[in-house]
Amino acid sequence: MSTLEDVEPVSVNLGGVRGGPDVRTLRRDAWWRFPAATTVFLTVIVTYLAWAIFQNAYYFVGASAHRDLISPFYSPCITGSCVPGAHGTFLVLHWWTITPAIFAAAIPGGFRFTCYYYRKAYYRSFWQAPPACAVADGHSRYTGESRFPLVFQNAHRYFWFLALVFNVILTIDAVMAFRMPGQGGIGVSIGTLVLVVNAALLWAYSLSCHFCRHACGGHVNQFSKAPVRYRLWKFLTPLNHRHMEIAWLSLFWVTFADLYIRLVASGWISDPKLF
Amino acid sequence: MPEYESHEYDVIVIGAGGAGLRAAIEAKERGLRTALVCKSLLGKAHTVMAEGGAAAAMGNVWPEDNWQVHFRDTMRGGKLLNNWRMAQLHAQEAPDRIYELERWGALFDRTADGRILQRDFGGHRYARLAHVGDRTGLEMIRTLQQRAVALDVDVYMECKVLRLLKDAEGRVSGAIAYWRASGDYVEFRAKAVVVATGSVGKSWLYTSNSWESTGDGHAMALWAGADVIDMECIQFHPTGMVWPLSVRGILVTEGVRGDGGVLRNSEGARFMFDYIPAMFAAETADSEAEADRWYEDHLHNRRPPELLPRDEVARSINSEVKAGRGGPHGGVFLDIASRRSAEYIRRRLPSMYHQFKELAGVDITAEPMEVGPTCHYIMGGIRVDADTEATTVPGLFAAGEVAAGLHGANRLGGNSLSDLLVFGRRAGMAAADFAEGRSGAPSPEAGDVERALSDAEAPFGREGGESPYDLHQSLQRTMQALVGIIRTESELVEALEELDELDDRATRVSVTGGRVYNPGWNLATDLPSMLTVSRLVAKGALERRESRGGHTRDDYPKADPELGKVNFVQRLGSGGEFTIAPEPLPEMPPELQRLLEEEHS
Amino acid sequence: MSELTMRVWRGDPEGGAFTDYPMPAVEGEVVLDVIHRIQAGPAPDLACRWNCKAGKCGSCSAEINGVPRLMCMTRMDELPTEEPVVVAPMRTFPVIRDLVTDVSFNYEVARRIPPFTPGPPPPGGYRMKQQDVERGQEFRKCIECFMCQDVCHVIRDHEENKTAFAGPRFFIRLMELDSHPLDEEDRREFTRHDAGLGYCNITKCCTEVCPEHIRITDNGIIPMKERVIDTAYDPVVWLGRKIVRRGARRPASTAGTAGEQPAAEESATA
Repeated sequence: MSTLEDVEPVSVNLGGVRGGPDVRTLRRDAWWRFPAATTVFLTVIVTYLAWAIFQNAYYFVGASAHRDLISPFYSPCITGSCVPGAHGTFLVLHWWTITPAIFAAAIPGGFRFTCYYYRKAYYRSFWQAPPACAVADGHSRYTGESRFPLVFQNAHRYFWFLALVFNVILTIDAVMAFRMPGQGGIGVSIGTLVLVVNAALLWAYSLSCHFCRHACGGHVNQFSKAPVRYRLWKFLTPLNHRHMEIAWLSLFWVTFADLYIRLVASGWISDPKLF
Repeated sequence: MPEYESHEYDVIVIGAGGAGLRAAIEAKERGLRTALVCKSLLGKAHTVMAEGGAAAAMGNVWPEDNWQVHFRDTMRGGKLLNNWRMAQLHAQEAPDRIYELERWGALFDRTADGRILQRDFGGHRYARLAHVGDRTGLEMIRTLQQRAVALDVDVYMECKVLRLLKDAEGRVSGAIAYWRASGDYVEFRAKAVVVATGSVGKSWLYTSNSWESTGDGHAMALWAGADVIDMECIQFHPTGMVWPLSVRGILVTEGVRGDGGVLRNSEGARFMFDYIPAMFAAETADSEAEADRWYEDHLHNRRPPELLPRDEVARSINSEVKAGRGGPHGGVFLDIASRRSAEYIRRRLPSMYHQFKELAGVDITAEPMEVGPTCHYIMGGIRVDADTEATTVPGLFAAGEVAAGLHGANRLGGNSLSDLLVFGRRAGMAAADFAEGRSGAPSPEAGDVERALSDAEAPFGREGGESPYDLHQSLQRTMQALVGIIRTESELVEALEELDELDDRATRVSVTGGRVYNPGWNLATDLPSMLTVSRLVAKGALERRESRGGHTRDDYPKADPELGKVNFVQRLGSGGEFTIAPEPLPEMPPELQRLLEEEHS
Repeated sequence: MSELTMRVWRGDPEGGAFTDYPMPAVEGEVVLDVIHRIQAGPAPDLACRWNCKAGKCGSCSAEINGVPRLMCMTRMDELPTEEPVVVAPMRTFPVIRDLVTDVSFNYEVARRIPPFTPGPPPPGGYRMKQQDVERGQEFRKCIECFMCQDVCHVIRDHEENKTAFAGPRFFIRLMELDSHPLDEEDRREFTRHDAGLGYCNITKCCTEVCPEHIRITDNGIIPMKERVIDTAYDPVVWLGRKIVRRGARRPASTAGTAGEQPAAEESATA
């Protein structure tokens, strides 16, 4: 495979005088609002999650509280350090003593880190490349995602497959959240709804992914010869166009779900049963 | 004399719209050294603005359709002033030209069984217009542009041609031009030249044409000795925007009326019922109820009068406004809001919806549009041989809107795009033949270059003279007021007097600044063409003492059968004066004559 | 009528500066109208490029109050007129004069794109369904205003990348061709290697400024990135292709010419 270095360059005259004044931008609207808000929002969420991941406690509400609620970050709970009752059924890595949330940080975390939408968000806010349209990016050199390390953003599709496993597990968790041991056996609490919505949003996030749209039908050139893939593609397209909204909403919700369960587990609030 | 660069080619094509691109592709595919010279950037020519589609009797929607029917429609639409042979070639070859575009990557809308979809349009008996939503022209020009680039045609962009050059034997042998970006002059030596420069609309105040439509090709050909015919036949599209003033003239597609829009005056009346001409009475509804039923049931009801030919509708709007029943900005109301749901309007007419929303702040799903006639297309132009598009000057060919003959006195919607393809190709072929058959290097006479350059330079040498912008505005006012949609002898005479005066003012035009991308100077070099074509139109209009198609005389409101058999031919006399004379149309062979008669059943 | 101030950049390759033109405000005007009034009045030689004045040709691109827009589609009454309206040329391209820039970079790139290469037509001609053409039709709405090229920071802020980066306009062209149901050429390696798709960090400014509202990033660039990954960065697909040799399309050559190559031309082209 050839490298970018041996490309025959476009024959274009460089160094021509560019129009307009040499200023960072001529924009007069509040273009900095979006990158600033993104920076603040992502910083708050990532800081909270880092704390939550390493706290390694208060992530499970069990039978003693008549519930079966587990924080989405600590599921699957398959390490030796898992609190009783939160364990996975089939697999327990007894030798593992650090936080089980490390899996969630690596897989769904990696999925989001390589996501086309989040890339836009953090390139604009943290990297300032560019901070906003028609605002200079201020880097002296720029090669984008064409070489190491950012070329690994192209691994997004593997994270997508791995994240599907988490979607399945968190869906099971949502089903389990209907269990009310010692309180009628089955029922719906706020915690149940939180985990059900959480699972739904995570599925929506995975389904609206650009790779998903490509793999389900986008790779086809002649849609009329592939009617099933065409229908799938048609179904996924509007979802994909809302990927940004779904990305924010699901990130917000999964964080909220963790917070909610943490508050219940630590006894700050109780989880009211609805019916 | 300023310095200039020089390039030699076999064929140069002036103008990079549909016809020019198609001609250049043809010559290049023959392996000839070919250059395309255009005033704007490549791909910006006026062809991009065509909306409806390209008419071609492919029979994809109606298998009954064939070239004979298309031929008949074109001839009838043109009030039989057409060149029969061009109408025949056009009808026969248009389908192949459309399929060719598809081979070059065009993506037309499709039928359910995967063929090119065709749409209904005014004057066409069957659904016949191959289209892409409401941006067919863009699709066409992009496809041709990409094809030309793939073939590696040399393109000289933003290069304005001033004059055609001839050799000692009177053959066209090149052209002299300047780069807009640098102001430097450039000479092309070529064995054959194709002009495909499009329209003349910028001499009018309210026009759907872009700034490029200054009639350069018409004027240059005339100056080089070519004949032009029927310059009085100009199509005013009935519905252009009238407000805000800055967008006056921008087209409102015929599709609005096709989809149920109706025309009303300030009293709210559907006035078109008062203007149904006897000739169309048999096929036009005479009550609102019947007209409204037509949209659902074409077979048992007659067409609404809003869908009469463009010339009829334009004249009627004009009369209503003159009678004091117009809107606040001098138009009438085109109302689709009260007749169709907002959802329907947005789906069927997306670009019209946005055009009014963004430019006029009018929501066409909630309120009527104010519209009026706008100068749209010239049917007349350079006289060409039907098969080869050769003009009356050796080595010079013309295709597209600049050439005359196919459309007669009135053009049907959709026939212009197919015109560009069919005759662009033929002009390219014939120019290639001519270039191949010509021996020796083309050697234009140096005197022509010198004259062209000194004319172009002259405005820099004057100080405090006429502003080219003022002169252009005066010309537009004159043509709009006196050589507009309805003409009369006294006004045409007055127009010619005013044109004399404008010619005189043109000799005093001065510009400031340098030659580098100087729009004032660019306009000054466009003015001679505009003044020339304006005179051709006014003289033709004065001479044709009848009303026919796009030419309406208040003082001769009826068509004169005798004048229907002649072209008004204008050329430059030996003393530099314009001469005009009627010459008989080519005679149609009896078998085609019969085609026209059969259809009266 | 009230007054407004147009702050227009005047200059040439030697340099330039903003000039203020106080103009009367006229109802319903777009920016291009005011520029035209400046030309007809105080500055007859003010250079600006325009054609159709109806948003269909993409000639009058400029930066209005710092944002790339078509002058003919920007109404004055949507801009704050209590302060001057700033009109500057597109930043990414070398200036010729005033608001006119040298956009030949784009035409150079266009020449390098491997052209449409259909297979031979079957008996009865090509057939495509509406669903086969719809995706490409969106990309073909492009009016080549080059504002996506202008706003793309890859070349806007790093001019040296122009030699290796085709830009959003040509990524949608490549996607259009690569997904064309009749086209038989494989443009993925060209897109990665010659067109520099990897430089794009999908920050979506191209989509934001597109006057035709083409979803350049979501429908063009990202799907093209995924196609490139299929061939260049996906070991699973790579392995699969080693085992079952399917979908082998002809890889595109890097020269942008089709058909027979005619004899060498006189050099000068625009």
